[in-house]
Amino acid sequence: MTIFGIPILSLLIFLPLAGAVVLLFVNKENVKGLRVITLLLALVEFFISLPLFSSFNPATASMQFVEDRWWIEAYGISYKVGIDGISLLLVLLTTFLTVLCILSSWKAITFRVKEYMICFLFLETGMIGALVALDLILFYVFWEVMLIPMYFLIGVWGDPKRRIYAAVKFFLFTMAGSVLMLVAILVVYFINWKATGKPSFDVLDLYKLGIPVQTQYWLFGAFALAFAIKVPMFPFHTWLPDAHTEAPTAGSVILAGVLLKMGTYGFIRFAMPLFPKAAFDLLPLVCALALIGIIYGALVSMMQADLKRLVAFSSVSHLGYVMLGMFALNMQGVQGSIYQMLNHGISTGSLFLIVGMVYERRHTRLISEFGGLSKVMPVFAVFFMIVTLSSIGLPGTNGFVGEFLILLGAFQSNVVYGVLAALGVILGAAYMLWMFQRVMFGKITRPENEKLQDLSAREITILVPMVILIFLMGIYPKLFFSKMDVTVEKFLKDFKGKVEMKIDLKEPKVLAEIKK
Amino acid sequence: MKLPEIDLYLIAPEIVITAFGFLVLMIDVFSPKEGGKKSLGYFGLLGVILASVFVLSQILTGFTKTGYEGMFISDGFALFFKLIFLIIAFLTILISMGYTRREGIEFGEYYALILFATVGMMLMASGSHLITIFLGLETMSISIYILAGMLREDRRSAEAALKYFLLGAFATGFLLYGIALMYGATGSLYLKDVASYIASKNSLLKSPMLLMSLAFLTIGFGFKVAAVPFHMWTPDVYEGAPTSVTAFMATGVKAAGFSALVRVFFSALPGFLPDWTTMMWIIAVATMTVGNIVAISQTNIKRMLAYSSIAHAGYILVAFVAGNKLGTTGILFYLMAYAFMNLGAFAVVILLGKKGEENILINDYAGIGFKYPLLAAAMTICMLSMAGIPPLAGFMAKFYVFSAAVQEKFYWLAILGVLNSAVSVYYYLRVTVVMYFRESEREITGLQFSPATVIALILSLIGIFYMGIFPSNVLSLAQKSIFG
Repeated sequence: MTIFGIPILSLLIFLPLAGAVVLLFVNKENVKGLRVITLLLALVEFFISLPLFSSFNPATASMQFVEDRWWIEAYGISYKVGIDGISLLLVLLTTFLTVLCILSSWKAITFRVKEYMICFLFLETGMIGALVALDLILFYVFWEVMLIPMYFLIGVWGDPKRRIYAAVKFFLFTMAGSVLMLVAILVVYFINWKATGKPSFDVLDLYKLGIPVQTQYWLFGAFALAFAIKVPMFPFHTWLPDAHTEAPTAGSVILAGVLLKMGTYGFIRFAMPLFPKAAFDLLPLVCALALIGIIYGALVSMMQADLKRLVAFSSVSHLGYVMLGMFALNMQGVQGSIYQMLNHGISTGSLFLIVGMVYERRHTRLISEFGGLSKVMPVFAVFFMIVTLSSIGLPGTNGFVGEFLILLGAFQSNVVYGVLAALGVILGAAYMLWMFQRVMFGKITRPENEKLQDLSAREITILVPMVILIFLMGIYPKLFFSKMDVTVEKFLKDFKGKVEMKIDLKEPKVLAEIKK
Repeated sequence: MKLPEIDLYLIAPEIVITAFGFLVLMIDVFSPKEGGKKSLGYFGLLGVILASVFVLSQILTGFTKTGYEGMFISDGFALFFKLIFLIIAFLTILISMGYTRREGIEFGEYYALILFATVGMMLMASGSHLITIFLGLETMSISIYILAGMLREDRRSAEAALKYFLLGAFATGFLLYGIALMYGATGSLYLKDVASYIASKNSLLKSPMLLMSLAFLTIGFGFKVAAVPFHMWTPDVYEGAPTSVTAFMATGVKAAGFSALVRVFFSALPGFLPDWTTMMWIIAVATMTVGNIVAISQTNIKRMLAYSSIAHAGYILVAFVAGNKLGTTGILFYLMAYAFMNLGAFAVVILLGKKGEENILINDYAGIGFKYPLLAAAMTICMLSMAGIPPLAGFMAKFYVFSAAVQEKFYWLAILGVLNSAVSVYYYLRVTVVMYFRESEREITGLQFSPATVIALILSLIGIFYMGIFPSNVLSLAQKSIFG
């Protein structure tokens, strides 16, 4: 499918980059112009991504809108992009959130606006590229490319006290995992080359490869490490609270909304299908870490004094659900997991936006500084309440659909997991509601809080789409599930098929040949 | 008496550069003391361009010939390296043109020495006889010893030159001893003959004389490429020498050293592969690790870049250990990418300094991110490329190097390599941290941006992006030049 003759996925990937180049020529004093141009670009990007949703064929599980061109032919590195049910929804989430982030940065960023907007657009290119790449090296390139603008966003426009620490920690931590993944990618590549005689980094080719279990453990370990750091799974989560807290509001939103999903996406697109036996054998470990993440994340959230840090730890908790659902290995679990990816993007993204709005007014994020805000900012209170309930998973909101499916899937695979996960739901309600009560309800304890402005038109414009989606996704999830049904079914079928093969491979072989 | 056959086209690049070296010296004598020196740089550039015309024509016609009684070979390998050397010389002269005037060392001798050093490098790459390689090595080294000490009034420059000379002479002694032992063991200094001798006399594989020769050659070449544990001279020499000379040393000398190392080890000593693979493995890991870890604590950017260049030598040695097609292609690609990255970084260092205030402490760069945004962006690109972040040249280079290692099943080597890469990100990022995330305490003002240096910077950046995003052209050129 092409727009003005350019294939749609490439257009989506490179339009923000082209926009960033255009911004280079805008005078840096023209702050208003910079903001407007970037917003327009983000909107155009979002509108271009909508046809993906509408023209997507939900009946087939194969990749759609595929583009395949050689990049470095001698080594089998191709520029191959395509989407299926899973990445479609994530791409839409990305373009959607970017628009909202640009809007939320309107008043918040007043220093170096030009560089900020360029960073954001560059980041969008990286994110979309990583989501649609079907060639391992192309994926790796975009994966790493995402780090640079995020690093600058945290380091330049973040909270002056600890932003350098947070930015460098974020970069180094993520990089360390990724480089080991690079070695694993190379190993898979050479194994495949030897088995098929054809050098290829194309993920779809590599799916067809059967690798001996021992080797799979190492390779899965390397991939899983890189993705586990990104998700983040306990115990590799320590970069997250710092990065989220110190980043500027929009940075936190995009970090939580999209970048964290890269980790979970990586599991479902790469780590699990490429190394199914290892994933299956290590399932108890992954589920254990996911459960620890859920409960630990929730418990630590409860004790946080800083709003943003609380939301950051809640991310750890929520993404523990995603991982648990994914490794439940049934339709409900996996679909719930993917749905929860989207939910988390929306509800936690909204939470960060809301915290950002409060911060813009009071320049503090300490819960103790607030109290009784609902009296002064009633509209804000309504939005905040809706988002909180979505995060908790109240029926009617998107959070419920995702969490419920995950719990269903987890119960089906292992009752203990289900019980512990359900415990996490209770804790989730506990910390969120307690936080809400301390911030919004009760008496107004601080005189500064009495003069706070309620939401401006711009802020309402940012939150309304989120709220609409919260209810839409909560009441009519079929709209989204219909797109991913077939893809998830195929994923599970392939996965189970490869796991159940009773062959003990000593040498890597193409699976199709073995079946003969 | 038969006169030896003299093939001029074969050594045309070398002749051109030598001639221009002398030309520059002559023009220097006849040019006015003040203000006439700029033309020297232009003549140097002209010479380099002319020589590269010859090199390119030889590359494009697939020229492969041995001459001078088989002592000089001009094959794809040599030609690719000559191209690298000429690019390095071109960019170095561009960088030097503003810098030397500012520091008061714009002598004809400076440009002439750069050209002569380039001749030495080209000779090293074209040597099919150990004496030719040695000749090239000495020509290059002596020129650089003098260049390192060019800032006569600066004590550190004198220290750099003396240190480099003394240690270099010592290492050269080892090299020469190794060459002599090789002659003693095999009866010939022609690389081909040594190879066939070793292949034919299997029992000689464990001959102590040959093994010692191997060890001494490793020491001699190891010194030149700054491999651990022969790297101790690098930080002091790189810090003390004039910055443009440092750039030249970091890129050209290293490339030349590797060209000779690869040529000798792969042409003459492939029979010894099992013996030297383990040794090189250890040296590669030590080099990467020491380079990266010590770089972390550096506060002076020239020293940091010195240690980083040690680390990069380690990565190249990883490809060397792998020793396969992908590996040797990777070495060539890496050296070219490395030349661009390093020259770009040094160009920025030069641009950010002025007479008397070289601003070479990393903390001096605080706040540059927004005061001189383009310069800071250029430095960031060079740093990120050296760290191995896609889509820049450094990533592609490291990718090929580590692929080579993985292909030969040197898994731990690859893992250590990538982990070192991750560690190196810290000190490369630190430069960006200081530039962008810190407020400037001391304003850097009154900088004069010499247009030649800026052009060199732009060319380096183009090189970095080109090799990072469209590496296949350079890669296939490298591959074709080694394997035809």
